[in-house]
Amino acid sequence: MADVVATAEIPEIVPTRLLNDQQRVALLRWMLHARIFDEVTIRLYRQGKMFGSVFAQIGHEAISVGSAAVLQPEDAIFPMHRDLGAHFVRGVPLRTIALNHLARQGSMMRGTDGTGHYADPQRKLYGNISHLGAMIPVAVGYALAAQLKGEPIVVLNYIGEGGAQTGEFHEGLNFAAVRKAPFVLIIENNQYAYSTPTTEEYACKKLSDRAIGYGIPGETIDGTDVERVYEATFYAVERARNGEGPSLIEAICMRMRGHAEHDNASYVPRELLEYWKKRDPLLRYQRFLIDNGILSEAEIQQMRREIEAETVRVLDEVLQLPFPPAEEAFKNVFL
Amino acid sequence: MPTMTLLQAISDALRYEMRRDERVFLLGEDIAEFGGAFKVTKGFVEEFGKQRVINTPISEAAIIGGAIGAALNGLIPVAEMQFMDFITNGFNQLVNVAATTAYRWGLPVPIVVRGPVGGGMSAGPFHSRSAEAWFAHTPGLKVVFPAFPADAKGLLIAAIRDPNPVLFFEHKGLYRKIREDVPEGEHVVPLGTARIVRPGADLSIIAYGRMVHTALEVAARLESEGASVEVVDIRTLVPLDEATVIDSVKRTNRVVITHEATLTAGFGAEIAARIADKAFEYLDAPIRRVAAFDAPVPMAPPLEQAMLPSAEKLLDTCRQVLEY
Repeated sequence: MADVVATAEIPEIVPTRLLNDQQRVALLRWMLHARIFDEVTIRLYRQGKMFGSVFAQIGHEAISVGSAAVLQPEDAIFPMHRDLGAHFVRGVPLRTIALNHLARQGSMMRGTDGTGHYADPQRKLYGNISHLGAMIPVAVGYALAAQLKGEPIVVLNYIGEGGAQTGEFHEGLNFAAVRKAPFVLIIENNQYAYSTPTTEEYACKKLSDRAIGYGIPGETIDGTDVERVYEATFYAVERARNGEGPSLIEAICMRMRGHAEHDNASYVPRELLEYWKKRDPLLRYQRFLIDNGILSEAEIQQMRREIEAETVRVLDEVLQLPFPPAEEAFKNVFL
Repeated sequence: MPTMTLLQAISDALRYEMRRDERVFLLGEDIAEFGGAFKVTKGFVEEFGKQRVINTPISEAAIIGGAIGAALNGLIPVAEMQFMDFITNGFNQLVNVAATTAYRWGLPVPIVVRGPVGGGMSAGPFHSRSAEAWFAHTPGLKVVFPAFPADAKGLLIAAIRDPNPVLFFEHKGLYRKIREDVPEGEHVVPLGTARIVRPGADLSIIAYGRMVHTALEVAARLESEGASVEVVDIRTLVPLDEATVIDSVKRTNRVVITHEATLTAGFGAEIAARIADKAFEYLDAPIRRVAAFDAPVPMAPPLEQAMLPSAEKLLDTCRQVLEY
């Protein structure tokens, strides 16, 4: 992405005809939820009050929110660890998310695992495991089952450009292509796999070029423009729903924090972060909404204050809860 | 009651479950028109169609991962590994996804991953391995290893109906070698039940898979020498019917454990530990194991025969234990 920095243009938001203003406000709200959850948990982490890791998605919000917003409730979604926005889009309550992140009593995972690794089958949301890439074949299998049952659903799955270098990426996407599975895979290219830059991850120009090799459509888009993400996902989902098979979307963004909060990301050139800070998906969208008279600055600030107050309150409450009792460790190894 | 080979009994179980429950489907390499490398699914595509008998690319992670995803979406997949050796390519899906889903999510993953294992055919290091211990060591996976056609049918039906991921090992040396009467239609052998295939009073041989037949051969020879040998087929490693094993050892006071897999950290070590723990005071001799030499399975017949456990080795060890 050095060439992008050289030109240093901040692209305009490209509005899509597919969204009305009410939907646009909803997109902003979900992006704010994701951003503020990060801000609050980073603060707690620094205060030594957080439990587990904080894998911030700052810089990714437009991707998970803009794409998940396309889906119908019966569609399934397999997010990865920087897709908290998608959890909010699917309507998972903040308290549920917090319980799972903090592995507290009452969490859906009973304290067996944390972060966004949980599944909420009612909302057709299935979290990732730490082995990124592993859920690609699983999501494809979910889509194949829908195909077998004659259910017109679509499965949306996410991976980083790091996880896109696994064997399971290839096996899963190829199998989906061969079976014309109703499957959409979004690569969130945030330019670093932990400390490894893209130049040491792959040699092709664009990861969407791989789509040709699978015989499916692929495109690379601005992952910091929520409207662009919505539009690209919309057509990929439509294609999948029509039985025309999977699509690959590469959404370019920047991981604005370390791999997790223990990591200060000193290996990322500061000028790169400076450039991408100007492309902040949330701030750019706020500016777009203000410039187009959809929301006022004051309304956005009010929304922000409400979400922040709610996030702080819920996380504080959940942090007061006990961990699940030890006997949970012995349950559900088998059903 | 029809007579079937182990292979026919496995086909019969698959066909019975697919007719009974339309959620059951198959996926694997070359399993459709070709009927699979060993012809377990010959004729299936004609009866059930290509939607339920899915040919896959050579992608074990996609086969097993795809099965997991289909199970999460309400289907009951049975995945075939062309050779169980190739299951290594889908290892991550089994040990990290399938095995942890019930524990983490409380959701069932009713998949079966089945296929041929074992040596004795000069098939070399990559088509002969006995891989069951890897999975018995992974909490969340059930591990089944039948020795007889009727058990194979009943255990496979139980595996398909089980809400947990089940690995089903079929010794390819038994596929067409063993023949017996197999119940028609419904026949379920619950997972976690061992079977005393030959009762005896002086020594227990605990075995599974091909070594059950070797144990029966050895027991017959020892009978002519005046020893009464009991043979216990554990049938499933996970869950293990510990009670039947312990009870047998308490009655005979002497035990030899045998499997075709390599010795070190093999499942025999687990059985031995449990006997030492629960029946120590009943033992009149040390617990002995007869297993393969710790090496990859070699190809040339003299090497392979030397490496694998044989009837002679088992006989020799049994005599030592009886004479102790």
